[in-house]
Amino acid sequence: MGEPQLCDISVSGRQGIKFPSPDVPTYPLPEDFIREDLPLPELSELDVIRHYTRLSQFNYSIDTGYYPLGSCTMKYNPKINEETARYPGFAFSHPLQPVETVQGNMALMYAFQEMLKEIGGFSGITLQPAAGAHGELTGVLIINAYHRSRADSQRKKILIPDSAHGTNPATSAMSGLKVVEIKSDLRGNVDLDALKMECDDTLAGLMLTNPNTLGLFDEHVEEVIRLVHSAGGLIYGDGANLNALLGIIRPGDLGIDVMHFNLHKTFSTPHGGGGPGSGPVGVASHLVDFLPGPVVGIIEEGDDDMPPLYGFITPPKSIGRMKAFHGHFGMIVRAYTYISMHGGEGLRSIAEYAVLNANYLLSLIKSTYHLPYDRFCMHEFVVEGQWADAPDIHALDIAKRLMDYKFHPPTNYFPLIVHEALMIEPTETESKETLDAFAQALIQIADEAHQNPRLLKDAPHITPVGRLDEVKAAKELVLCCGVSSLEK
Amino acid sequence: MFIPHTDADRSAMLQAVGISKLEDLFRDVPEKYRFPELNLPPAQTEMEIAAELQEMSLANETVRDLICFLGAGAYNHYTPAAVDAIIQRGEFLTAYTPYQPELSQGTLQAIFEYQSNVAALTGMEVCNASHYDGATAIAEAVNMAYANFRGKRNKIILSPAVHPQYRHTVRTYTTGSTLILVGDDPNSDVKSHPDALIPIIDTDTSLVVVQYPDFFGRVYDYTKLADAAHSVGALLAISINPIALGLLKDPGSMKADIVTGEGQPLGIPLSFGGPYLGLFATRKEYVRKMAGRLVGETIDNRGQKAYVLTLTAREQHIRRDKATSNICTNQGLIALASTVYMSLLGKNGLRQVAELCYHKAHYAAECIANLPVYSLWSPTTFFNEFVIRCPAPAVEINDLLLDHDILGGYDLSQDYPTLDSHILFAVTEMNTRDQIDRLVEVLSEVNHG
Repeated sequence: MGEPQLCDISVSGRQGIKFPSPDVPTYPLPEDFIREDLPLPELSELDVIRHYTRLSQFNYSIDTGYYPLGSCTMKYNPKINEETARYPGFAFSHPLQPVETVQGNMALMYAFQEMLKEIGGFSGITLQPAAGAHGELTGVLIINAYHRSRADSQRKKILIPDSAHGTNPATSAMSGLKVVEIKSDLRGNVDLDALKMECDDTLAGLMLTNPNTLGLFDEHVEEVIRLVHSAGGLIYGDGANLNALLGIIRPGDLGIDVMHFNLHKTFSTPHGGGGPGSGPVGVASHLVDFLPGPVVGIIEEGDDDMPPLYGFITPPKSIGRMKAFHGHFGMIVRAYTYISMHGGEGLRSIAEYAVLNANYLLSLIKSTYHLPYDRFCMHEFVVEGQWADAPDIHALDIAKRLMDYKFHPPTNYFPLIVHEALMIEPTETESKETLDAFAQALIQIADEAHQNPRLLKDAPHITPVGRLDEVKAAKELVLCCGVSSLEK
Repeated sequence: MFIPHTDADRSAMLQAVGISKLEDLFRDVPEKYRFPELNLPPAQTEMEIAAELQEMSLANETVRDLICFLGAGAYNHYTPAAVDAIIQRGEFLTAYTPYQPELSQGTLQAIFEYQSNVAALTGMEVCNASHYDGATAIAEAVNMAYANFRGKRNKIILSPAVHPQYRHTVRTYTTGSTLILVGDDPNSDVKSHPDALIPIIDTDTSLVVVQYPDFFGRVYDYTKLADAAHSVGALLAISINPIALGLLKDPGSMKADIVTGEGQPLGIPLSFGGPYLGLFATRKEYVRKMAGRLVGETIDNRGQKAYVLTLTAREQHIRRDKATSNICTNQGLIALASTVYMSLLGKNGLRQVAELCYHKAHYAAECIANLPVYSLWSPTTFFNEFVIRCPAPAVEINDLLLDHDILGGYDLSQDYPTLDSHILFAVTEMNTRDQIDRLVEVLSEVNHG
């Protein structure tokens, strides 16, 4: 592949951008505090542009190909989102400006809160959380605060189905809760008997991903929620899979007490190679007072001639602030753009076609790949990447071989409850032709697995780099340019 | 628009699935709640939503419409055009977290270079792939220090001169734990030297947190504080402004164990508070205790140099409820933007920006302090922010400034009751001498004491 590191192309004396000379008198620099050396690279603007343009070409992305990564909702990210978020009125506003000077931002945030309330069926929204995991932490802290406020703080147990995202247990542990795993039944639902055993007065709540990570809508969801509520617990909804539910059902109507939204999954804000995300949290009416502060509210009602005056309001029993300032405003502008372009019916189409695409793709491959739970799926599904008559082949090999067909592989080895899992989420923005081509590649790879397993074992062949030595990376720990090994 | 299916496609696909209409896909969804009518504004075309948002954005007065002297954790710096050109490339913008390294070498090498630049800037040995912002980075430092002592040291000392919103965030994060947060009583003498924290450092302390320059803009050497913390086995975290480190000694040289910071000044637009960038660096002995993603260099099966996420066993998706943090998303694209920024400026450009900030801020401070009824709150060394004691409540002064199209400084009485009528002003390379003179001129209109 061979793109050198920045420090290797640095030449002393180069500078990619210059700044004006001071137009004020200069002042003595604080001698005791001046650093002697600043070992940053020295490059021209063209050096930098070529370097990063070349690096970009080593990436796979939605803009360059099909990316059916389960649980990640890799849908197309409309270009208009990038443009609106960069309007100078948004991009150059300071978070601590007097609210009277930023009523455009405030109106947008208020309207966006209202949109999420309507879509999710909630009574209140915080836009502060920076990502899904951050939203989860917010939600669990709200659950704790609710129980504390009712002098019910012995509730320290949180139930997490074995099909949950890995963040759920980590979040609960961060919040001081004890995690108890609930197994799935034979149809991939929460096992009701296992659940009943844990419903007592130490129960803080249950973290429910529905549709779950198998891509299945829990057939007893109402009963699950009823059991938890009647034991005094609350239901946390993991909104990572909301793409399947837009306009199909509102989680709040179902009795979910608190849920995060992933704007970077459901509402098309770009994943950016791992962020920034945005994870607003919605709550039912009994939890509105606990939301992190501040939220945007109307301070003075408007009339026919005057728009209302929006301001920041801290809820009375707020759990506090989850980060500095008001959340990932730039991502909120993008998601607002996207929702506005769809309206209610458009959102429902998103879910319908996301679910149609998943079921269609499943219908094409399920005679080739074993499907552990044979039901209609929602927006994604999980099959096994293994065959008894091809014992050396693992899901990983199938994933790597898909790269040779110029597809990004599905999520593999997750969820943990399926052996050699391949978790596939097509999304609604992919055409039938793309799904057909992807299914054909999977079927061909299954054939190769039996006829010529070496092809899979040695894959990928056409990518900029081949399989990596991950053990070496962890053992030698070379984490910075010019430093040979951290462990020496 | 974004759903490509034709009627013929839909029919063929429904048939393959074995159903006759889309509704049939949702039989598992309880019928009484199924297909709610969403009361949302009607769908708009791209042209219409562009116009609506353009209008909304114009309802704001920005730092381009007003003369800006507001900082307090978010700064108006110049972003070179090349930064946005790179981060708008779809290959970076629309990629996922680099779990499949063979298809993600661009993102992985860029993170590796980000780690390298931030480590160099802070004088630390390792840096992770970022946290959400400067506030959550400190909260993660607190979690890391607490876990480092296996929960046996319950005390965290926060300097009152750490950003109020950062301290607030740490308090929210730690409500479920047994940690006690001390040292930042807002009614205490916030003007005191940071070494005043030394007497409260004890063997129950896991971490001392300070800011450099501090929230009031002051620059202190924290070496003595580090020595005091280390003498009882505690750690020191320093939250930094990365532009200041273009000029000032790195926190590594002051023996910091953890360096966090808000990366927004490194070419990231203000964007009403986010997305920003949480910097997090530490010493090598803590690399396995650090949360967040980490990229390491290795080789592939063809013998080529390549990059991969490493030490993933620390992370939530492997350790689940044993992980110290639930973080998975980082600020990938923003970290990339900051890397491009640092690479363009290089060692000399960053120094130049830092010096411009320094000189302009000192010019502004001197001119304001020369006005008869204003004074500089603290004579300590400062970088690009400083506190002015004003002859009237900060709100009144800022209102007056706004009447003259000037965005004044941060009203410190919001967080520090003893600092009534005190304003924190920020000056950057974007402020011209004319703008500073204009600020001084308007301030001089207030002459009652």
